[in-house]
Amino acid sequence: MVAPHAATPSLTAALAPGFADPVHDAQRCFRALMQTMARPGTIQAYANETIAPPTPLSRTLAALALTLIDYDTPIWLDPALAQNPAVAGYLKFHTGAPLAETPGDAAFALIGDPAALMPLSNFNQGTLEYPDRSTTLLMHMQTLDAAAQVTLEGPGIKTSQPFGAAPLQPMFWDQLTANNAQFPRGVDVIFAGATGFATVPRSTRITKTEA
Amino acid sequence: MSAHPDTATSPDEGHYNFAYLDEQTKRMIRRAILKGIAVPGYQVPFASREMPMPYGWGTGGVQVTAAILGADDTLKVIDQGSDDTTNAVSIRGFFEKTAGVETTTRTSEASIIQTRHRIPEALLTEDQVLVYQVPIPEPLRFLEPRETETRKMHALAEYGLMHVKLYEDIARNGHIATTYAYPVEVNDRYVMDPSPTPKFDNPKMHEMAALQLFGAGREKRIYAIPPHTKVKSLDFDDHPFEVQKFEKPCGLCGAENVYLDEVILDDKGGRMFVCSDSDHCEDRRSHGHLGEMAADPAASHLASTGEERA
Amino acid sequence: MYVAVKGGEKAIRNAHKLLAKQRRGRTDVPALTIDQIAEQLAISVARVMGEGSLYDEALAALAIKQSRGDLIEAAFLIRAYRTTLPRFGYSEPLDTANMLVERRISATYKDLPGGQLLGPTFDYTHRLLDFTLAAEGEAPLDAVETAAIDEGPMPRVTDLLSDEGLMETDPLPQEDDVVGDLTREPLSFPADRDLRLQNLARGDEGFLLALAYSSQRGYGRTHPFTGEIRYGAVEVEFFAEELGFAVSLGEIKLTECQMVNQFDGSAKTPPKFTRGYGLVFGQVERKAMAMSMVDRSLRWEELGEECTAPVQDAEFVLSHSDNIQATGFVEHLKLPHYVDFQAELDLVRRMRKEWFAAREKRDEDLGLSETKEQEAAE
Repeated sequence: MVAPHAATPSLTAALAPGFADPVHDAQRCFRALMQTMARPGTIQAYANETIAPPTPLSRTLAALALTLIDYDTPIWLDPALAQNPAVAGYLKFHTGAPLAETPGDAAFALIGDPAALMPLSNFNQGTLEYPDRSTTLLMHMQTLDAAAQVTLEGPGIKTSQPFGAAPLQPMFWDQLTANNAQFPRGVDVIFAGATGFATVPRSTRITKTEA
Repeated sequence: MSAHPDTATSPDEGHYNFAYLDEQTKRMIRRAILKGIAVPGYQVPFASREMPMPYGWGTGGVQVTAAILGADDTLKVIDQGSDDTTNAVSIRGFFEKTAGVETTTRTSEASIIQTRHRIPEALLTEDQVLVYQVPIPEPLRFLEPRETETRKMHALAEYGLMHVKLYEDIARNGHIATTYAYPVEVNDRYVMDPSPTPKFDNPKMHEMAALQLFGAGREKRIYAIPPHTKVKSLDFDDHPFEVQKFEKPCGLCGAENVYLDEVILDDKGGRMFVCSDSDHCEDRRSHGHLGEMAADPAASHLASTGEERA
Repeated sequence: MYVAVKGGEKAIRNAHKLLAKQRRGRTDVPALTIDQIAEQLAISVARVMGEGSLYDEALAALAIKQSRGDLIEAAFLIRAYRTTLPRFGYSEPLDTANMLVERRISATYKDLPGGQLLGPTFDYTHRLLDFTLAAEGEAPLDAVETAAIDEGPMPRVTDLLSDEGLMETDPLPQEDDVVGDLTREPLSFPADRDLRLQNLARGDEGFLLALAYSSQRGYGRTHPFTGEIRYGAVEVEFFAEELGFAVSLGEIKLTECQMVNQFDGSAKTPPKFTRGYGLVFGQVERKAMAMSMVDRSLRWEELGEECTAPVQDAEFVLSHSDNIQATGFVEHLKLPHYVDFQAELDLVRRMRKEWFAAREKRDEDLGLSETKEQEAAE
């Protein structure tokens, strides 16, 4: 990584603490994430008080990024995260991940404002031959246990799993339903709340809860 | 390079990282695992590393275990169902040395179970992860050696070739002649190789409460079955899938409906059948279940830890 | 009895002690030093560095010592070590035209700029055992007369042909071309030439030799001429972003082979020679040559040829060239497989039972039931 030349304010933010114990912090974060990926719609508690990412990058979202991304994974930041250059600086410094030019080039998309999320079709959907080449969305959520908006079924779910998160773009669940319909192509969504994670991978079937 | 050089926290004099793999490799494997879970039964390519044991000896399983293992995990390693087999001993020793984690032979105490060729008899729970070592992850490989072709078949869910093969078996032998590595269909989509477990174990994969992860090191593939996922062994209406049945219970613990190893006792046709899952057998015996050969001197070395020699 | 695998822990420990003892051999014979191996078994060391994918003579020598001279085992030790090393980046492309040449021959020209330089080679030696080497001490070596190193340049033969337009040009990499790396991304097909060459450079010498040989015998013929083989030291440079320029990391010794092969050409482009490329660590000439022949064979599609032979089949060649993978999977058959074998036993017994039952029924239907008893007892 290129050493920055002068101690600018954004440099200070970039140097803000990441994982105190990179090996075990990343492992704990990953296990919580794996646990919820294997059980869509359930919430896995996770908190890390030591990392101090620049706003508006939340601690849990930053922890996910530090756990998952590196030189090999281009990332895309939504406008909410991109408006503070310190966020990109922090991620570049701690992970070395290159910034993707378009959301379609990104292995991971970090979403600071899910209420303003662009249509999911902008992200890489993978191909039928390589469905693993799709984008994974890491979304900052204010709450993961909102009143159920959807009922989830499919792999990882014994019968069915109610789920609700906020804030979300109004068409989000319709888009995610369409996302499931093109399985095995499609994006996987990881929700990062203040104290935990939840996921809805592309394999999950979604039924909107009657209002 | 990184703000924090990856700290070497292993007990192995700090020569290697915790659980041997470097953090970048772990991240790469972790990403593959997440994709595998999101697309059940799909084989995710990953940049498998050279490990300090040979390809074909469990490097895929070892890399998966190393990538998910934490300091507070309890690890169990089995080969052929037993914790005592040489390769299981070797892999368990590897993680004791490089990660310093607790290990166990008890299925119920393990948070991660790495296996070669068997699924434990005891029901696994939500809190456990089963890691399979896989030699050839591609179920279609013996029908079509080309990766470019098999990848297309998976893309289009075009599995006619597999059904033709199984049907030819029936025509020739009166049976589907596949007794292990018996192909399954996961979540009504991907045909998947369950690793060379006997087909006896296939039904256990169906809606298992534990997460199942599969690592093929030499072939550089990772795949997964999330908990509570439909796993169906391929079959035909007129030849439904069925598993081996053993005529006798385990000679040591009397267990029925478990997979048994045939042990040759002498050169005059003397043989007995004992549980392949050594922990299951010991557990039953400690609860007072005894098979008809439990007291037989010929079987005594099977019930104890046995001879130790090079 | 197979159940002796019980108590495996102690058995493994003892087996490893035995191995250590065997490795050392008789203690009244002095132990090999790493220097001795690196200096006197240099070609073994080079092979281990190449197939182990790590240029470090001392480590390769250590691996050879530890593996009792089993070179595939030694390459495996090096690979397993290599994979734990931190990765700082990729070097600049090597410039073999600027090689400090110790040996350089061309089979396509009698003489050429820079001259033919025979250098150290087994070529033209008579393969007679030299019993003076078996004597306790060696006779002092004769002084070597070498031609004064030509100050002039030693252009690559293929460059000379290119100047005349007779040789296909080297593909010039674009600034932002990404060079593949199969240690970071698993091989997928079709594989481009960069990945193919990387695979071959790490591949097993014996496997490549056999494939190249098969192409000479008619299984995918390419009409090769040895345009040039050169062996010598090349500087490795690394572009340091912090400094903004390339710094030298040191020198490595390489053998480069360029085969000149038959023609490419179409209505749009005039006929020219094509080439195959081989590059290996150290003086492992046989492999460099085999590699260049296999490389050329694998280019059938791009050159509009037909694919008729194993050596042209990229999926076949690249999937089976790695001896670390191959030896692991072949040797894994030593591991216990009794659970699966039990399943096969069960099935074969069941099928035999059915077979005899069917025959008995058929014989009964034909009224032949007396004869069957003794046969069934087979």
